[in-house]
Amino acid sequence: MRELVVLSGKGGTGKTSLVGSFAVLAGNKVLADADVDAPDLHLLLQPQVKQEEEFWSGQLAFIDEDKCTQCGLCEELCRFKAIKDYRVDEFSCEGCGFCSQICPVEAIQMRERMAGHWYISETRYGPLVHARLGIAQENSGKLVALVRSKAKALAEESHSDYIITDGPPGIGCPVISSLTGAGLALLVTEPTLSGMHDLSRILGVCQHFGVPALVCINKYDLNKENAGRIEAYCEDMEAKVIGRIPFDNVVTEALAHGAPVVEYAEGRVAREIESLWQEIQRGL
Amino acid sequence: MVISVASGKGGTGKTLVATSLALALPEKVKLLDCDVEEPNAHIFLKPTFTSREPVYIPVPKVDEAKCTHCGKCAEVCAYNAIAVLPNKVLLFPELCHGCGACSYLCPEKAISEVGREIGTVERGHAGEVELVQGKLTVGEALAVPITRKVKEHLSCDRINIIDVPPGTSCPVVEAIEGSDFCLLVTEPTPFGLSDLALAVGVARKLKIPCGVVINRADVGDSGVEEYCLREKIPILLRIPLDTNIAHLYSEGIPLVEGIPSWQEKFLNLFREVENALNTGEEI
Repeated sequence: MRELVVLSGKGGTGKTSLVGSFAVLAGNKVLADADVDAPDLHLLLQPQVKQEEEFWSGQLAFIDEDKCTQCGLCEELCRFKAIKDYRVDEFSCEGCGFCSQICPVEAIQMRERMAGHWYISETRYGPLVHARLGIAQENSGKLVALVRSKAKALAEESHSDYIITDGPPGIGCPVISSLTGAGLALLVTEPTLSGMHDLSRILGVCQHFGVPALVCINKYDLNKENAGRIEAYCEDMEAKVIGRIPFDNVVTEALAHGAPVVEYAEGRVAREIESLWQEIQRGL
Repeated sequence: MVISVASGKGGTGKTLVATSLALALPEKVKLLDCDVEEPNAHIFLKPTFTSREPVYIPVPKVDEAKCTHCGKCAEVCAYNAIAVLPNKVLLFPELCHGCGACSYLCPEKAISEVGREIGTVERGHAGEVELVQGKLTVGEALAVPITRKVKEHLSCDRINIIDVPPGTSCPVVEAIEGSDFCLLVTEPTPFGLSDLALAVGVARKLKIPCGVVINRADVGDSGVEEYCLREKIPILLRIPLDTNIAHLYSEGIPLVEGIPSWQEKFLNLFREVENALNTGEEI
């Protein structure tokens, strides 16, 4: 069983559309949506939720007004500026618990936060593990780790060949959490200066954590010169370009119909994604 | 005034809107690129950078001569960044949030703090626009401390525009918090709509009024328009799907420079935001 994680650095390059199509093309697999901040894969796969669980993670300081003597020590020592006028700002509190340790009258308690939900679902294409971080919550990295571990357990149980993970944008905490220990990363980029800039950073993250990376240039014909520059750059970095998907409105049309593009329409986009999946199987 | 440009979904055109808005305004503007994982505003503004300061978070350093291996530091660390063995202390600085509990609470005063660099804040100018950008070092996880540093550069006597990262979790909240208005950039697809609704949720939770910019309008479906009508969120600008606009973007050319007629449209966008703030409508 091998795990593929689809990343991009820059958002909106087509990660989820590709994973939706891989869901159609891949045989025996488990799917995971690790973009717990703004998950979208369920919009393509229309899952039936089989199991829903709360995600409790991290702590939030709570000041008991009756006990508080307003000495101000907590406000003075909090590095996250989360205490103002003897009240805790839930958005700034990082749950370190320092305030509750030092409060001279033990007026501060740490309470668990309900930070979101996670789900195990059935789709037309196989099981999907997904999640939804509560709005404006912390610890997305931990929720990503949870989604991946549930997907792994399911894959082992069902003797699946693959886990296919739709990753989040960026290069920080949730990306690192979705990448570490994966068998292969597919980096989806686009022929724009922003796409190129962000590809170089996410490729750096893959190298830092020792995960082999392959590259797909989406909408490559929007700017063929830039596409050529990406190819040259990838050659220098020893990251193989295995997909060149043309720009075509059919991708947006498929999305508007809530269907993976390879299922929605035959044509050059579908053919290119099919050959991309063949290459990925080789890479895995 | 502080206007943040956010979206939920990545790749909808936040940076396009933030940079063109900054360039369209006649007054001096500060653009703060708080997408510290993938800062891209500099690609469009091509600023001359004049300063670069590292961002550190304080991490513990143990004086083994004073340490009695009592284990207090490991006990109080909420992030499992310290483990105490019978005769050795193990530190995991990449897990440390820099809260300072361990050094303050060590009974032997054996813990001091040293700075660990996790990124940079760079400042520069491009014409009348001053750019402040945060940049997380590749391989580092904690974006929020860098965003915090960038936001120290907000000027109360200027128009500040914040380029926000995608998503809805802590780095987004840190970037948006304290803004007067939030522009939410979306695209008319089911993905765009789903993530727009999440971003509206963040803005409402923070009690920040918001308006929508639809990019690549006139493709996809009508879901976003219907949602905005239902939720009474004003649509302040529509940018069509246009190969010319897409090409300018791909070359890192700001829309208002590539097609100067957009200058007026972005100026109008700003006036609309001002109006919305003055009439106090819509949160």
